[in-house]
Amino acid sequence: MCLAIPGKILGISGENSIMPMGKVSFGGVVREVNLAYVPEAKQGDYVIVHVGFAISILNEKEAQLVLNTLDEIDPETR
Amino acid sequence: MKYIDEYRDRGSIEKCSQRIAEAVTGPWTIMEICGGQTRSIAKHGLESLLPSEITLLHGPGCPVCVTPQSILDHAMEIASNPEVVFCTFGDMMRVPGTNTDLAHIKAEGGDVRIIQSPMEALNLARENADKEVVFLAIGFETTAPANAMALYQSKQQGIKNISFLVSQVLVPPAMESILNSPHSKVQGFLAAGHVCTIMGFEEYEPIAQRYQVPIVVTGFEPLDILMGIDMVVRQLEEGRHEVENQYSRSVQREGNLAAQKILNEVFEVIPKQWRGVGEIPSSGLGLKSVYRHLNAALRFPQKIIYEPLSTNCISGQVLQGLKKPNECEAFGKECTPDSPLGATMVSSEGACAAYFHYQNFQA
Ligand code: SF4
Repeated sequence: MCLAIPGKILGISGENSIMPMGKVSFGGVVREVNLAYVPEAKQGDYVIVHVGFAISILNEKEAQLVLNTLDEIDPETR
Repeated sequence: MKYIDEYRDRGSIEKCSQRIAEAVTGPWTIMEICGGQTRSIAKHGLESLLPSEITLLHGPGCPVCVTPQSILDHAMEIASNPEVVFCTFGDMMRVPGTNTDLAHIKAEGGDVRIIQSPMEALNLARENADKEVVFLAIGFETTAPANAMALYQSKQQGIKNISFLVSQVLVPPAMESILNSPHSKVQGFLAAGHVCTIMGFEEYEPIAQRYQVPIVVTGFEPLDILMGIDMVVRQLEEGRHEVENQYSRSVQREGNLAAQKILNEVFEVIPKQWRGVGEIPSSGLGLKSVYRHLNAALRFPQKIIYEPLSTNCISGQVLQGLKKPNECEAFGKECTPDSPLGATMVSSEGACAAYFHYQNFQA
């Protein structure tokens, strides 16, 4: 139910509608997504999408930092 | 970076589980709050990658599972009304009420529609101007902003033939309720990454301090969950009890402020009944008085109130981490996803269904 998945913004539209909308690709499957909660989102950003709404923009730098911690452990110090 | 493959990489997963094994010295019991994480743990067999010292308990974090039977009975009463187009998320169709479920109401001719986003309810209202459209708005903090936006826009646009049957739940009060139980075995929590994406994690800091439990905000992929467990274990081993953030690619300390703004506009905190658990103070969101006119519970007052059925279902204890699904006598026998006795066997994120689908249980 709280399933929310990452997708890539292919384009942003909605100047005429009430809320900003984006076309988001989930591994090739493209859906219209409401971007009202990520007003700073740009084309090319990855967003987490839940029940039709993007709820965050994924931060690549943070993702990389966290992944790096796995390589950082020096076996000698254990 | 694709944000999926990196977190399912076998090499990284092995490295992380080795890291946990090397850090553990004592027996530790950790609860993952969110049903999405329970499902991921079962699906990817993560318990088998953990040292035997670590016990995982599955928490109450599935909104489908905790929606009270009385709300479902009310939903079915409304959905049976020939003047109503009733809409809900697909997960809700087979959750048992006292006598039946929404799928049966639909089969018997009720106009029940499955929608993917709450905003579709507004379209249904425009397309069915001669009918009343009612949306069953359930969910945790993750779903609340989407439901709130549908409410906000319905009010803004002055849509007259729409209303919302609201059953919104909040996670932190449920964690406190679990910790307050004298039977609680929980020593650390994986907090739900998408709930925190909306709400941030400041509200967990007093809980970590008061109950001296480490809380790690955690994502949903296998590597996320193992990393979250690793971070909890390190705190436990070092005697720390802080809030840490494993899911920093999505979660910021303050959360999503744009979403919180709409939540505060539409909802207020209320006491809430949780299915199988009972009432937890300040654990729900109800409509503010300026949204009263969109409250389906007032527009369609409930006429029939059923006594809850007594079954052998122990889902209340499963939801609180007091029992595991396979400790239930009905598990895999009288109770299966095809004929569920409790809501935790219905939703794919319910602990019983996750165990049923992914574990090699002996029927
Ligand atoms: S297996 Fe079925 S009856 Fe047993 S606790 Fe789970 S939902 Fe309830």
